[in-house]
Amino acid sequence: MRTLVLASHDNHKILPASLSAMTAALNFSKTFDVWVMGQFRQGVIETLQHAPCVSQVFAWETADVVSPSQLAHAIRDFRVSYDVFMAPADYFGKDFMPRIAASLDVTQISDITKIISHDTFVRPIYAGNAFLTVQALDRVKVLTIRPSAFPPLVLEKGERKTQLQKITPSLQPDRVRFVERKLDTSERPELTSAKIVVSGGRGLKSKANFALIGELASKLNAAIGASRAAVDEGFIPNDCQVGQTGKVVAPQLYIAVGISGAIQHLAGMKDSKVIVAINQDPNAPIFQVADYGMVGDLFEIVPALCKALPNKT
Amino acid sequence: MIKILVAVKRVLDFNLRVRLKPDGSGVDLANAKMSMNPFDEIAVEEAIRLKEKGVAGECVAVSIGPLANQETLRTALALGMDRGILITTDEEWEPLNVAKILKKTVEKESPQLVILGKQSIDGDHNQTGQMLAEILNWPQATCVSELKWQEEECLLTREIDTGLEVLAVKPPFIMTVDLRLNQPRYATLPNIMRAKQKPLSIEPLLNLNNSLTPRIKRLKVEPPPPRNSVKMLKTVEELVRHLKQEAKVI
Ligand SMILES: Cc1cc2nc3c(=O)[nH]c(=O)nc-3n(C[C@H](O)[C@H](O)[C@H](O)COP(=O)(O)OP(=O)(O)OC[C@H]3O[C@@H](n4cnc5c(N)ncnc54)[C@H](O)[C@@H]3O)c2cc1C
Repeated sequence: MRTLVLASHDNHKILPASLSAMTAALNFSKTFDVWVMGQFRQGVIETLQHAPCVSQVFAWETADVVSPSQLAHAIRDFRVSYDVFMAPADYFGKDFMPRIAASLDVTQISDITKIISHDTFVRPIYAGNAFLTVQALDRVKVLTIRPSAFPPLVLEKGERKTQLQKITPSLQPDRVRFVERKLDTSERPELTSAKIVVSGGRGLKSKANFALIGELASKLNAAIGASRAAVDEGFIPNDCQVGQTGKVVAPQLYIAVGISGAIQHLAGMKDSKVIVAINQDPNAPIFQVADYGMVGDLFEIVPALCKALPNKT
Repeated sequence: MIKILVAVKRVLDFNLRVRLKPDGSGVDLANAKMSMNPFDEIAVEEAIRLKEKGVAGECVAVSIGPLANQETLRTALALGMDRGILITTDEEWEPLNVAKILKKTVEKESPQLVILGKQSIDGDHNQTGQMLAEILNWPQATCVSELKWQEEECLLTREIDTGLEVLAVKPPFIMTVDLRLNQPRYATLPNIMRAKQKPLSIEPLLNLNNSLTPRIKRLKVEPPPPRNSVKMLKTVEELVRHLKQEAKVI
C-alpha cells in the first residue's frame, strides 16, 4: 500500500504529533512518503531523507501560508496516487484532512486510537466514553490519528539518503488570506508531548493564583494544562485547554489541581499513565479516574508539595 | 444584509452519562434527554448576534435526521432564528454525506455565511464544515473564537494548537465555531411560544441517483478500559513517596 504522511513542522523539526502519524503509517507498509510544506530549515528534510522507513520526501517550499483548500487541490492534482493519507489529529490535520478527503470523495476516519487492519480502526466517540470499531469502505483511506495513542517514530539515520523531491504545486486562488499568528511563547515543554502535565481549574480562582500551577510545573519540568473553565476565566491561554474540545494528552503523570473532572475534561487526560487529583471536594468525579488523590485546600497542598519535591536537576 | 444558514444537530445532552447497549451495537439513546449540540448553540447565537447588529437579515436553521429533530429546530427558532428546515432521514449519515446533503440546501438558499459547530459531541469527527467547504469550493475558517464582520473581508480569529490565528475571508464562506466565540442565551418563554408560529419545513431526504452511499460500517461500540481505583493520601510527603517508589514517574 502506498502511504503519504502529511507532516507538520515548526521550521526546525518535524512535530512529535506527525512522528506519531509516521508510527501509525508503518501499519500499512514498511515505508511511506512524506509531504512537507512551508518554510523550513534543511535539517527538517535531512532527518527524513536518512530514515530507512521514508521512501520519498516531497518538499513544497513556499513563503505563502497554504490554505486547506489550496492543499486539497494540490493533493488531488498530485502525480503520485496513494492508498492511504495520514496526518495527526492536531490543528493542521483537523483543518485540512477533511478537505482532502472530500476532494477525493472518500470518507475520513478521525482521531484513530488503534489500527486493527488496513480498513478497520478504533476511535473514541462521545468524549471517549465509548470506543467505536469502524470499517472504512472506500478504497482510498484518509486517516487522522490521535497522537497520544501512537508513540512518536524515532527517525533512525540509515546509510541511504533518499532523493529530495521539490514540488511546486500552483496555488489556486482562494478567498481566504492569512493575516497573523499570535503564538503563545513559553519555555515550558509542549503540552501534548510532555512527560508530566500539571493542570489547573476554576478552583485556582484567579489568574494571579494560577502562578501556583506554574511553580509546581517548574519543579517537575512539566507542561501546563487547564480546564475549559480556567481558560474561559482568562487564567491561561486557550492552547492550554485539555479535553474533548481541547488537547488530548497522555503523559506519564497528570496532576489535576482544582478541577472537578467533567467528562469533557476527562476525555483529554484519562489515558495518562498516572493521575493525581487535588480537590477539596471528596466527591469530585476527578477522583474516579485518579490513581492518587488528596482531599483538601489546594492553596495549602500545592505550596507544600512544591516544598516536598526535590529541586530540579 | 446577508443571509445566514446554520446547521444544527440533535445529540445526547452533554450533561448525561453515556449508556452503551449491552450487545455492543451502539449508545443507548432510548428515553434519554436529547439537546442541541452545544457547538451548534454557539453557531445559532452568533447568527442571531449578527442579525441584532444589522449585519444579517434572514437566519435559517437546517437539521438532518428523524422527525424528532423538529424539537431542536424549534429551539433554534425560539432563540431567534427565522425559519427552520428539517431534512428527514432515519439513517445516521457520516460527515461526507451530511456535507453533501447540506450542499443542496446551501445551493437552494444561497446564504453568504454558513455556520456549523466545530464538532458534534457524539461523533467527535470535526469534519463536516471542512467537507462542505470543499465540495462547495468555498473558503473555510475552523475553530473560530472571534468574528469581525466586514462586508468586503471578514476578520476571523481561530484557536490553534499554539495560540491564535487570524484570517481574512471574503464571503461567502464556511465558519465552524469554537467554545469561546460567545455565550449562548436561553430561550425565554414568550419566544418559545412565538417560535411555534415560525415556518418550519419538513422535506424528505432525496437520495437522487444514489449519490449518497454509506462509506463506513460501524462494527461495535465498547466502553473505555477501566482505570484502577484511587488511593487517597493524607500528606504531600506520602504523595511524593508514592510517585517516586510505586508509580516511578518522578
Ligand atoms: C461542548 C462542551 C465542550 C467542553 N469541552 C471541554 C474541554 O475540552 N475541556 C474542559 O476542561 N472542559 C470542557 N467543557 C467544560 C466542562 O463541562 C466543565 O465545565 C469544565 O471542565 C469545568 O472546569 P473546572 O473543573 O475547572 O471547574 P469546576 O467544575 O467549577 O470545578 C472546580 C473544582 O475546583 C475545586 N476547588 C475549588 N476551590 C478549591 C480549593 N481551594 N482547593 C481545592 N479544590 C478546590 C472544586 O471542588 C471543584 O471540583 C466543555 C463543555 C461543553 C458543554
